[in-house]
Amino acid sequence: MTTAPETTAFKTNETYTPEGDYQFRNSAEGVRRLPFPFPDDDYMYSMNLEPHVPAGDGALRAAFDIDEHYVSECAHRDQMLRDMPGVHYLALPHMMEAQWDLLELIFESYARDFPEQFTLTKNGNEWRWQNRLLGIDDSFTFGDPATLPMDPMEYATRQAQGEFVVLEEKDNTLVIGAGMTTQRADYSLKFNLGMSFFEFHGPVPKLHDMGILDRALKFLLRMKPGHPVRRVNWSLTVNPRLETSVETLPEWAPDRATVDSENAGEKVYLRIELQPLHRLPRSNAIVFPVRTYLVSLAELVQHAPNWAKRIHRALASLDHELVDYKGFHRYHAAAVEWLSQYDDGAPLATGYPWAPDGIQPNGQ
Amino acid sequence: MSESQHGALKLRVKSIEAVTPEINRYTFCPADDSWLPPFSGGSHLTVLIPSEEGTKRNAYSLMSSPYDTSQYQIAVRRVDDGKGGSLAMHNNVREGDVLLAGIPANLFPVSKHARHHVFIAGGVGITPVFAQVEELSLKGSPFELHLAVRGPDHAALGCELKERFGDQVTLYGHDGQSRLNTMEILAGRPLGTHAYICGPTRMIDDVVTSAHSLGWSDANIHFERFEDLGSTGDPFSVTLARSGAVIEVSPEQSLLEAVEEAGHKLPYLCRGGACGECETEVLELDGTIDHRDDWLSESDRATCKLIMPCVSRATCTKLVINA
Repeated sequence: MTTAPETTAFKTNETYTPEGDYQFRNSAEGVRRLPFPFPDDDYMYSMNLEPHVPAGDGALRAAFDIDEHYVSECAHRDQMLRDMPGVHYLALPHMMEAQWDLLELIFESYARDFPEQFTLTKNGNEWRWQNRLLGIDDSFTFGDPATLPMDPMEYATRQAQGEFVVLEEKDNTLVIGAGMTTQRADYSLKFNLGMSFFEFHGPVPKLHDMGILDRALKFLLRMKPGHPVRRVNWSLTVNPRLETSVETLPEWAPDRATVDSENAGEKVYLRIELQPLHRLPRSNAIVFPVRTYLVSLAELVQHAPNWAKRIHRALASLDHELVDYKGFHRYHAAAVEWLSQYDDGAPLATGYPWAPDGIQPNGQ
Repeated sequence: MSESQHGALKLRVKSIEAVTPEINRYTFCPADDSWLPPFSGGSHLTVLIPSEEGTKRNAYSLMSSPYDTSQYQIAVRRVDDGKGGSLAMHNNVREGDVLLAGIPANLFPVSKHARHHVFIAGGVGITPVFAQVEELSLKGSPFELHLAVRGPDHAALGCELKERFGDQVTLYGHDGQSRLNTMEILAGRPLGTHAYICGPTRMIDDVVTSAHSLGWSDANIHFERFEDLGSTGDPFSVTLARSGAVIEVSPEQSLLEAVEEAGHKLPYLCRGGACGECETEVLELDGTIDHRDDWLSESDRATCKLIMPCVSRATCTKLVINA
């Protein structure tokens, strides 16, 4: 049903920008391995945290997932960092220890979960890192930033899919201390750096009233090394554009007015965020990774008809405050109308696709 | 890394050394010749100790260097009238034995923003300070340590630190005369100084009171916040109403784990008392529920009609849940 990474064809010439004409497509296997975020026909926020243990052979097999877009995403990150220096990657000075923690976590995970693509060789603190997908073979001294061409966090996350926000534990809350966020969904890293947990969640509606934030913070502060947890989140976006930051809002926000019920299938993308949180061992920081997957509504219909039906129902019944917050009220109706052609109303399984008896992309 | 699928470490007892009449220091190495997870100063290790009355789970501060992943060290004070864990460590554990332990976790980290660190410690409370000052020393952060001991026989660990860090360490009580005075230590400190208290409750209360009277902010006063109980505790039994199954919950497992082990299913997600997924109705109860979750409201707790099986326990003669 899904493709093992050994046989994944890594695409090299995809683009995530209008200048590159959005040359981005998912394969059928690429769609069916997604961490589809709608377990029920009705969607509402919940504390959907669960232990981050391997599940299935799709996006939840590895601690940090890579897929067919790995090479092109890394190229996109490099482009974004060159286009806007000092905006997408930032780290406060006291986060150096956490940077090394994160480098170790990413490299160890990749080498363990994708041994054909990555190798990490340790001889005490003398490490050799081989990344065959990007043609990298470097040796450096763990803990000594002078032996790397850039910050350890920048070095590691330039070779990783998804974005990474590192939270420092301070005064019984979590504070943003560093981030590599070339794919962020409508916020500013520069503005949020140094904010506490309640501050950076400020704009999210309903969360405060529902008491979710209090419980989430208590839970996160109890997180221990070696026991990661994950949650999934989602949004919609127009075009397969990864970089939708506050800083570039004038470039991408007008795209929302280009969607109608004829072109919604091609224009509107579900943006799935897989967030595997880890407590880091030396720094006691917590890394909040956001691994973003883009899939068009048309690709869902073509390759995962059950998921297309499910997202139709979830969007149609979505709370209006959430529609506004997630920024798609302009084309919400068009997307629902387009999807309605492909929903026969048949009952669907409940539960995430990786859970026993959860909703599968196709079939019964 | 030396790690089984349940996140438990297998540790071989490399050496045991008596450092005072009642404190032993244990050095552990990985049982499989691999390496141990790194940790941060102030972390503790939960050790599973076999004893005559079943397995005890005791948390001990790690006192070895956080940067040495070849071994861990802990110190265990023998408590003759305790729950038996420390006695079992002293009486039953021998060099070469293999023990299970959790992955280190930190409830007592040093502040990354402090300009100066002042440690005030008493007795075996000194153990987390070993790793904390090692970490600060490697980073080049300024610190000082004030350690009170009961007399010359109890000063071995303090003398080790004194030898390693010189004037940064002041011992009290090792000569049978000098006394640690918290007001003197805390007075006149510049802003940016952080204090850490590692000792018995009386010492913590004393230092916090002194610090408050001198105008210190709570944000600059640190002590180990709480015992890391997890979902362990005294055993109890639970009846699942739908199947009639009676399940014994042992001290080392949660209600959820015991139900799962017996082949039954309960809904769950976070397994940490936060998400609300495993909320279960209590149908009958003779006793009290030990609520340990962050999910139920105070009023929910008071009614004793709901329980979160992933973390909460009961002290009871009868507990029937709607599952």
